[in-house]
Amino acid sequence: MGHIPCSFSLMDNHQSSSHPDTRRQLQMARSMCWHCQSEVTGEYFCDRCVKVQPVSKETDYFTCLGFPRRLMLDPQKLEAKFYELSRTFHPDFYQTKSADEQTISLSNAAVLNTAYRTLRAPIQRAEYLLALETGSVKDIRTSPPADLFEEILELQDTLEEYRASDRDSDQGHRLRSTLKTEQEALERRKHEMEAQLQQLFADWDQLQDAGEATSLARVERDRILKQMRDLLSNRTYVNNIVNDLAATIA
Amino acid sequence: MARIVGIDLGTTNSLVAYMKDGQPCVVPDRNGRTIVPSVVALTDNGLIVGDSAKEHLTRNPERTVYSVKRFMGKGLADVQNELAYFPYHVTETGGVIRIRLGQKSYSPPQVSAMILKELKLRAEASLGESITKAVITVPAYFNDSQRQATKDAGLIAGLEVLRIINEPTAASLAYGLQQKTQGTIAVYDFGGGTFDISILKLKDGIFEVLATSGDTHLGGDDLDRVLVDLFIGDIRDRYGIDVGRYPDHMQTVRLEAERAKIRLSDELKTEITIELPEDKGLFTRELTRDQLESLVVGIIERTLAPCRIALKDAGLTPTDIDEVVLVGGSTRMPLVRQRVEALFGKQPHCHLNPDEVVALGAAVQADILSGGTTDMLLLDVTPLSLGIETMGGVMSSLIRRNTTIPASAKEMFTTYVDGQTGVDIHILQGERELVKDNRSLARFRLKVPPLPAGIPRIEVTFLIDANGILNVTATDMRTGQSQSIEVKPSYGLSDTEVERMIEDSFKFAAEDVNARKLIEARLDAEALLKTTNKSLVDAGHLISQEEAHSIRATLAQLSNATGGTDPRAIRTRMTELEQTAKHLNVVMLDHSLKKSLQGKKVSEVS
Ligand SMILES: Nc1ncnc2c1ncn2[C@@H]1O[C@H](COP(=O)(O)OP(=O)(O)OP(=O)(O)O)[C@@H](O)[C@H]1O
Ligand SMILES: [Mg+2]
Repeated sequence: MGHIPCSFSLMDNHQSSSHPDTRRQLQMARSMCWHCQSEVTGEYFCDRCVKVQPVSKETDYFTCLGFPRRLMLDPQKLEAKFYELSRTFHPDFYQTKSADEQTISLSNAAVLNTAYRTLRAPIQRAEYLLALETGSVKDIRTSPPADLFEEILELQDTLEEYRASDRDSDQGHRLRSTLKTEQEALERRKHEMEAQLQQLFADWDQLQDAGEATSLARVERDRILKQMRDLLSNRTYVNNIVNDLAATIA
Repeated sequence: MARIVGIDLGTTNSLVAYMKDGQPCVVPDRNGRTIVPSVVALTDNGLIVGDSAKEHLTRNPERTVYSVKRFMGKGLADVQNELAYFPYHVTETGGVIRIRLGQKSYSPPQVSAMILKELKLRAEASLGESITKAVITVPAYFNDSQRQATKDAGLIAGLEVLRIINEPTAASLAYGLQQKTQGTIAVYDFGGGTFDISILKLKDGIFEVLATSGDTHLGGDDLDRVLVDLFIGDIRDRYGIDVGRYPDHMQTVRLEAERAKIRLSDELKTEITIELPEDKGLFTRELTRDQLESLVVGIIERTLAPCRIALKDAGLTPTDIDEVVLVGGSTRMPLVRQRVEALFGKQPHCHLNPDEVVALGAAVQADILSGGTTDMLLLDVTPLSLGIETMGGVMSSLIRRNTTIPASAKEMFTTYVDGQTGVDIHILQGERELVKDNRSLARFRLKVPPLPAGIPRIEVTFLIDANGILNVTATDMRTGQSQSIEVKPSYGLSDTEVERMIEDSFKFAAEDVNARKLIEARLDAEALLKTTNKSLVDAGHLISQEEAHSIRATLAQLSNATGGTDPRAIRTRMTELEQTAKHLNVVMLDHSLKKSLQGKKVSEVS
């Protein structure tokens, strides 16, 4: 059996420098109500027949939640919007409606939930934005930070030694404390990377807010995205090791 | 919209509730009892459910089914090691457990349907309208097969199951309605057969589940078993009798074990008395709360690991929890409360009726669905990760546990061999890496047009709906055509089998209704016979000989009729007796009135 993993199937692939909000308006204005065939001008409902409209397959998660493509989103606002849209789309409120409307509500609610889950966690949000902006469908591959490679190889050996050792022996105790120190060091490293990411997030938002279309801005944009990709992949790698370590010596 | 009721289909006890003037309330029976024991017995007059069936546990153990919820959505292999505790006969056909009752076998959904029908009738009698729609609760940690089995039970009972909701979240709705609080709560639900923990955020009428965990095989039943083992060990040592060989006595032991456990929630010490088989007399012993606690502490501690996992998954620590809400009969145990308090570092909230709160919450959810309550919304999660089998027997996760539902995931499939016309897909649920350690949910074959390898692109959508039940659809990306998929459940009834059972249930409905009417008529007749006889004794001397004679004759006729199987005949004889004894009753009333007045005078004088 073969399958092609496709994690961002609802992704908007075409790049756009315009504000996502205005773009959605355009998308909606172009679409027709599935029920009465009149032009849909309302946000989620047809103005004429008041039927709920399906969220377009091209809608990205930022648009879906009504936020611009920024990386520093206010979690309170994000949550409030999620709750508001849940009240709009949740199947509970469509039980007395037609089967078609129920189907739309179900799939809209599912998209909304995925959108919120993706955007709520800053790291996942950044990974998603990266995929959106660089048009790559693939997940970001995790890779060890270059400068840590030697250290991580060594750590791997210690881990294996520890797993094979008698945990209660002197050797076991010694290895355990080595691993513990190592874990703490890696955790510090992880936090460092997260702080760097935070800075890049701020840079990104600033650049977007400025909204300049100069070649300088394009270079800056590419720099941020590239650094972000590297950092994200290193952070995930280190994070996995830290979790692994924590589980082993717990 | 027709009324939707809320049903708590419990391992031990079931209840039905509805919304009345913005408040949920539980439907009582004629005697004011709100709880229907989840027991079904096959008697000579047909199937009976609830309190009357419970009496057959010791009289007729092989034909009395209890705790059937433990078998929902399971195969025989899943329950092998606890079968010895059940006196009824359990087998398996087509991956589904069957329970033998007399000449026939019933699947767990069919037995559950009998309980649901009883609740349906009860609601209909109380509300005076026909009930066809319901919200039914399940343990939060129930997997897809167990949920599906519950839905099937509803269908078989003639109920459209508009929603399956999780028991702890249902409880949170009732709690939220009552308390109007905001914040983060943990609902700890320890019932008869299952344990659930759910962590929720309550804010502006939204009930957002952050994480849930549990054990669908951990409850009061397991505590009872520890005591059963203790008692039968004791009896063996003292009398050399193996109670295990006497199913009726095993039930006596089990029921006494449960009663002792319950008494020890209020008392520090209790006396156990059990009648021994073969007229060997009575077994008695003392049991203290300390002894009970040291025996069951291990089981109770098993509830703590899921609590920690749920906290971790929610990204919270115990101090983040504003309130711990206790649900389920087993939370009445002081030791349980102590452990919960120790874990969360605060006294749990136990002002809700732990027996009723789940049904009340189901009624609230029913009201939301019918458009009555509009300010509350429950956002629940799927308790287990969903995935598919990939190369090498590994599970690849598509929807992680604790994902808000409805949730969907899309996966693209293609072929490896030229001209390949199908792709086999195996759906799993669970948290382990290897397929064999997870729960197999279903298999299906994706139809693919014969093309060179790698060319076909079939997108499969896995959608977990608001019931926590999986729906699968597929689209050929090249043609845009959607494809219907026939999913074969690994543990569960096929659609055709459910349909047949629904038909059967209608076919036998007439029979069942008759059996029920007969039982009710008999009970009523017995009550009437008793009071009339008493009146004759007390006031017989105040009426004429002939009158007394004709009353006796009618009494005999009624008592004859109760031996028959025609409920109408019994009712007719009852009316006749009521007519004949009318005068006697008037005289009787007069007589007792005078007597009480006399009594008063005497007391006033003295
Ligand atoms: N005072 C008490 N002390 C200890 N246990 C009790 C007490 N009262 C009831 N129980 C136990 O509670 C259990 C029944 O609880 P409850 O009615 O909440 O379960 P249920 O809803 O039928 O089961 P589940 O939710 O697991 O399907 C039984 O095991 C019963 O023995
Ligand atoms: Mg319960």
